[in-house]
Amino acid sequence: MTSIDDLAVRIPDGATLALAPDYSGVSMVTIRALIARGAKDLHLIGVPSVGFQGDMLIGAGCVATLETAAVTLDEYGPAPRFNAAIKGEKIRMIDGTCPAIHAGLQAAEKGIPFIPVRGIVGSDLLAHRDDWTLGQDPFGEEDGPIVMVKAIRPDVTLIHAPLADRHGNVWIGVRREMMLMAHAAKTTLVTAEKIHDGDLLADEQLAPGTIPGLYIGGVAEAEKGAWPCGLFGRYGPDDAHLKDYLARARTEDGFASYLDEFVFAPKAAE
Amino acid sequence: MNTDFAPEELLIATVADMLEGLGHVAVGAQSPIPGSAALLARARSGGSLRVSMLGSETHSPFTDGGRELFDCAAQGRIDAFFLGGGQIDGQANINLVGIGDYPDTKVRFPGSFGSAYLYFLVPRVILFREEHTARVLVPRVDFVSAPGVSDKNTYRKGGPHALVTGRCVFDFDDAAKRFRLQSVHPGHTVDEVREHTGFDFDMPEDMPETPAPDANTLALLRGDVADAVAERYPAFAARVFGNANAA
Repeated sequence: MTSIDDLAVRIPDGATLALAPDYSGVSMVTIRALIARGAKDLHLIGVPSVGFQGDMLIGAGCVATLETAAVTLDEYGPAPRFNAAIKGEKIRMIDGTCPAIHAGLQAAEKGIPFIPVRGIVGSDLLAHRDDWTLGQDPFGEEDGPIVMVKAIRPDVTLIHAPLADRHGNVWIGVRREMMLMAHAAKTTLVTAEKIHDGDLLADEQLAPGTIPGLYIGGVAEAEKGAWPCGLFGRYGPDDAHLKDYLARARTEDGFASYLDEFVFAPKAAE
Repeated sequence: MNTDFAPEELLIATVADMLEGLGHVAVGAQSPIPGSAALLARARSGGSLRVSMLGSETHSPFTDGGRELFDCAAQGRIDAFFLGGGQIDGQANINLVGIGDYPDTKVRFPGSFGSAYLYFLVPRVILFREEHTARVLVPRVDFVSAPGVSDKNTYRKGGPHALVTGRCVFDFDDAAKRFRLQSVHPGHTVDEVREHTGFDFDMPEDMPETPAPDANTLALLRGDVADAVAERYPAFAARVFGNANAA
């Protein structure tokens, strides 16, 4: 077991960092710690999209590259700091599509260099990707082109989960994109709502939804670690807080005031 | 019962008609009208239609993470899906990335999501965009997230079936690679559709009006369907159906 600050230190500047969408398991508490430590040049990978995590890290200047199928705050509307960064050409965009991101991670999971993916042919996405190319069925059963995407092997996957145990096992239940993310990344750092007494893998009901500790580089306990976002099956998003964020993040000064209040001031008070 | 209907109810009923007889409809995020249409079609089917709503805790059948929907689609297990677009052009190309010369977009949209893949693999893709303006329905999209048509050599099991907007319904002619105006919603006109559409399209000689939802449809929609919609889209259900179970 370790601390949230330690997790933030173990995501080095320049790392490729895989993040889950807001409806899955998002470690907002570690995102704030990354901003507080002044992380730089991160290459974010949305699996397959990012929400508030991405918007905050981009707004705080922590991100050089964003690889994702979408940036979405769902019903809260357009992502203000992301849009400002695109306008100001502050980040490099690598636009993808959900299944190609899942497939690229599956290639990494299998330790293979690339994987074919259906569709995409004729999309402008392909024209802008040097890690996607057109190939052919080597067995000759199909004539047409098929897109090959390079394996995606993140340096770090960062997630928030409902449960973890002292062996480093992490329960993610039905949100199995986090299992894929953990398999594919060199290491996975986790905040967990609660520490489970005993061994999650020894429980027949919990084991199938559990990422084994062999993939996990560090776990910190963080109750409400997804706040102000929600955690599936546990709690919903903090609607009033997220609306306040959006109102403030419309301007650079407003966003700075948000960071002062919720990132830097709490840090200084520790 | 009040048989006046809200514009959303007309759109829901229109889209639901397009789902009749199908086995499995999937609905993406942020799609209250397509989602309601799918739930209406399910209620009419007596439960034989399977509806998978992404982001719903009770209507999602998937247990293998975000990838499962896409694997299902590639295997032909999903019959219909919905796509939108910041821009949609006359060849049914859709743009979910942005306006301007990519990557220096003047206006940035959220991103392509699964469109570049699902458009090829789901047999019946219904394009849905409530805003019907020349800003959205353009002669040529600035960025092709997903192409409307492909050459014969390309593996493609699906594509555009129809385009439903707040003003009308177009169907899509694969061979001609063109939209054809199918019906105009009550209270709207062909001239108005022409004025607000940036691409050329074909027209029938007699222009039908989009059929209004009948009393049975409205009763179903405002009853069981509204309750089911409220689970995923409480604010929408409250606004459109005055749903008592909604937040």
